[in-house]
Amino acid sequence: MITPEIRSKLVSISGESWVRDTPNELYAYSYDATPMFQSMPEAVVHPANTGEVSEILRLADEHRIPVIPRGSGTNLAASTIPVEGGIVLNLNRLNQIHEIDVKNMTATVGPGVITADFHQAVESLGLFYPPDPGSMRISTLGGNVAQCAGGMRGLKYGVTKDYVMGLEYVLPSGEIMRCGGKNVKDVAGYDLTRLLVGSEGTLAVITEITLKLIPLPESKRTLVAYFTNLVDAARTVENVIASRIIPATMEFMDQGTMQVVDDFAKLGLPLHMKSMLLIEQDGPEELVRRDIARIAEIAALNGAASVEIAATPEEGAKLLTARRAALSALSRLKPTTIMEDATVPRSRLADIVAEVERVAVKYGLQICTFGHAGDGNLHPTCMTDERNPEEIARVELAFEEIFRASISFGGTITGEHGVGLAKMKYLHLKTGEAGIELMQRIKEAFDPHQIMNPGKIFARSERRRLVVKR
Amino acid sequence: MNTGHKDIAGTGPVLAKFNMDEILNCMHCGFCLPACPTYAQTGLETYSPRGRIALMKGVASGQLPVDAEFEHNMNACLGCRACETACPAGVPYGGLLETAREVVQDHHHADGKPSAVRSLVFRHLFPYPKRVKRLGTLLWSAQALGLQKLASRTGLIRVLPGPMAEMQQAVSRVASPWKRSKRQTVMPAETPNTMTVGLFTGCLMDILFYETNEATARLLTKAGCDVVFIKDQGCCGAMHAHSGEMAGAKELAKANIEAFERSGVDYLVNNAGGCGAALKEYGHWFRGDPAWEERANRFALANRDASEILVELPPLSFTKPFPARVTYQDSCHLAHGQGIRTQPRELLRSIPGLDLIEMRQADSCCGSAGTYNLTQYEMSMQILDGKMVHAEATQARIIVTSNPGCLLQMKQGIIRAGLEDRMEAVHIMDLLNRAL
Repeated sequence: MITPEIRSKLVSISGESWVRDTPNELYAYSYDATPMFQSMPEAVVHPANTGEVSEILRLADEHRIPVIPRGSGTNLAASTIPVEGGIVLNLNRLNQIHEIDVKNMTATVGPGVITADFHQAVESLGLFYPPDPGSMRISTLGGNVAQCAGGMRGLKYGVTKDYVMGLEYVLPSGEIMRCGGKNVKDVAGYDLTRLLVGSEGTLAVITEITLKLIPLPESKRTLVAYFTNLVDAARTVENVIASRIIPATMEFMDQGTMQVVDDFAKLGLPLHMKSMLLIEQDGPEELVRRDIARIAEIAALNGAASVEIAATPEEGAKLLTARRAALSALSRLKPTTIMEDATVPRSRLADIVAEVERVAVKYGLQICTFGHAGDGNLHPTCMTDERNPEEIARVELAFEEIFRASISFGGTITGEHGVGLAKMKYLHLKTGEAGIELMQRIKEAFDPHQIMNPGKIFARSERRRLVVKR
Repeated sequence: MNTGHKDIAGTGPVLAKFNMDEILNCMHCGFCLPACPTYAQTGLETYSPRGRIALMKGVASGQLPVDAEFEHNMNACLGCRACETACPAGVPYGGLLETAREVVQDHHHADGKPSAVRSLVFRHLFPYPKRVKRLGTLLWSAQALGLQKLASRTGLIRVLPGPMAEMQQAVSRVASPWKRSKRQTVMPAETPNTMTVGLFTGCLMDILFYETNEATARLLTKAGCDVVFIKDQGCCGAMHAHSGEMAGAKELAKANIEAFERSGVDYLVNNAGGCGAALKEYGHWFRGDPAWEERANRFALANRDASEILVELPPLSFTKPFPARVTYQDSCHLAHGQGIRTQPRELLRSIPGLDLIEMRQADSCCGSAGTYNLTQYEMSMQILDGKMVHAEATQARIIVTSNPGCLLQMKQGIIRAGLEDRMEAVHIMDLLNRAL
């Protein structure tokens, strides 16, 4: 409970205009980008710096008030829903790029820096930060780190955790801590940096991030291959990689996804095709040319109905931008769009695609599939209507089967979105009960009073998907 | 779910005015946030399209009341619709906003306290073309007698609310009643005739920018059109619709539809992005109205922006070079509302010697947004000052716009930035006309 005394302390820390708690202001922070989850916070605080974060946490810890760190609210696992009320800690004002260190090829930033702005800043210096989640035009680097965001370049370049070298973070006690740094090699104690990446705001508040940069590839080219079925596309992916070619991006879209994406981006895709692959390679021009030609050959050998190479980088960029909008574009079809990100080793790609198709038929649901084929990270997306509880119940059952299938293929329940509220019911499938218990003990060490983003990752009881409360 | 919080799901009846399917189409992905000028200024979710749609959903489902806070949330929106361009889900934000503002106005009417100024403007001024003309005469008289300057000099201008006092500096000389009375009803084509078009002169446009209407007509005749100034056409109703006065908007629309049908022209051409977007939406306004829907649809399909139609007509022949560095500021309702971006630029590039320099975020709102610069003065000026930084960086001598509201705002922006000696704001039709 935020009493008037606590409120006035918050105001004295961050200033009246940065403590927001009118009914509509609270309502506007009761959701994120995950469908069908909503819960009201008691206050929204926008601190200006690490010092304020520390004071706010100390106050919240003393009074056992939940704290939910938040960036732009684009996460897809309901990780920023204030499910137990409390303070939404909006970190957007910590949006400075403190340093781009060309000699060490690192950058140090505040958590509120927008991912795409950061891309622009480093690329203007000939440097490259590969993680590119779909929401990068508005997502924050702090949110990317907290969720360990992936993106379309995961296959060749890895994901957020592969680029985080050091962090400044604040414990619930208010203590300001640091881990990692600019050293490529650093084995001084446990790797707390890796632990905090993907911890979904349940351990501490990240207030500064040191990121690894790499040289910007000198050129890139994009290729599109269309298929009359799904399996040929999956086989093409497997065979490209088996030929020792690692493209920067290998994106898959099925017919349903192609239709909505084309509707939004007006690309003129051949909509009678059953699936398509969007493949980009980057690097020295000579190598890129050779790889793309080779990939075109492999696609044709594996039954591609047609293969097109983008004429200009702009044309390639347009295709990739359209693909990034796939999830949101799918919501044109039905009021509610529920997406998951079951992930499998890429050799099992064809199996999981077939399994999704089977499950959709079994439960009588419309499920479109798109995703990062190259790294086995698929986004089966169900178009439904949250006002139809009977259908929503079937959606739940269908996704559970898909999760179980991906685990049986050696995969995982979530590749890049996180557990949050949306997937905590299934976490045990991947980690086992003992794994969950160990994680809870780690959480206790960081957050003994359970104020950091409580109610996430670890299920307290069976939860329905719809959690709407004040 | 045993956390002691009160359930807020479905605690009231759904407000029938809202189209719940359209609201639910927003899957709150946040892709609209970087496109929103008020979110860029504040960083607050309540000032973002996603936030506003969520609040509408709250109101529509009875979770939130229609109150002063909701009214403020809705009025703080520019209505620029940049979010619609950014939205992959195709949420018709402009229409949702109009509904939300209508709901707010309905609520006021139920309370029995509509504001006197609103009532004066929306019920007793805009619906009457003659009264708007009289206002023009009044304004011309004030300017002719030097009253405007006198008022500025003596400080009498301060009786006006702050925003209006500052805005009036940007108003240029209006045409005299004598000049206006000389307008012909038809201007014949100057080259072999291709079609007959009506010029939608608008209400305020024809007062404040009479010359721009004349220039537009002249350009159309050069491109082979007979241009008709249609009798009995009036205000498009956009201001009404954007302010929640939907009933008033529809009355104006009906008058325009009837005037168009009587005129028999092929197309109706306008030079104001804001009006044009509204005229093209008449079909949407009358959806489900058996008496008017079809007529409104036919009317909507006959409307063209002046740039849109000029690029399709035989090219204008520019006889002399016009060396100038120019930048183009998109009109939101032309770019985001009507999807017209390339046509004005194409026309500008067709002027020999003209150098078109793109400014950063040219399609982001200038903060004018109908009456926004009066009702939300501070936010509007913050947005304008940001816009001027980008404009100045182009080192252009002319900022070209295609909507009267934007034009006034850019003129004021130039004054605020102290660039009067180096930069002017010009309507695209005036510029084309100058270059002929």
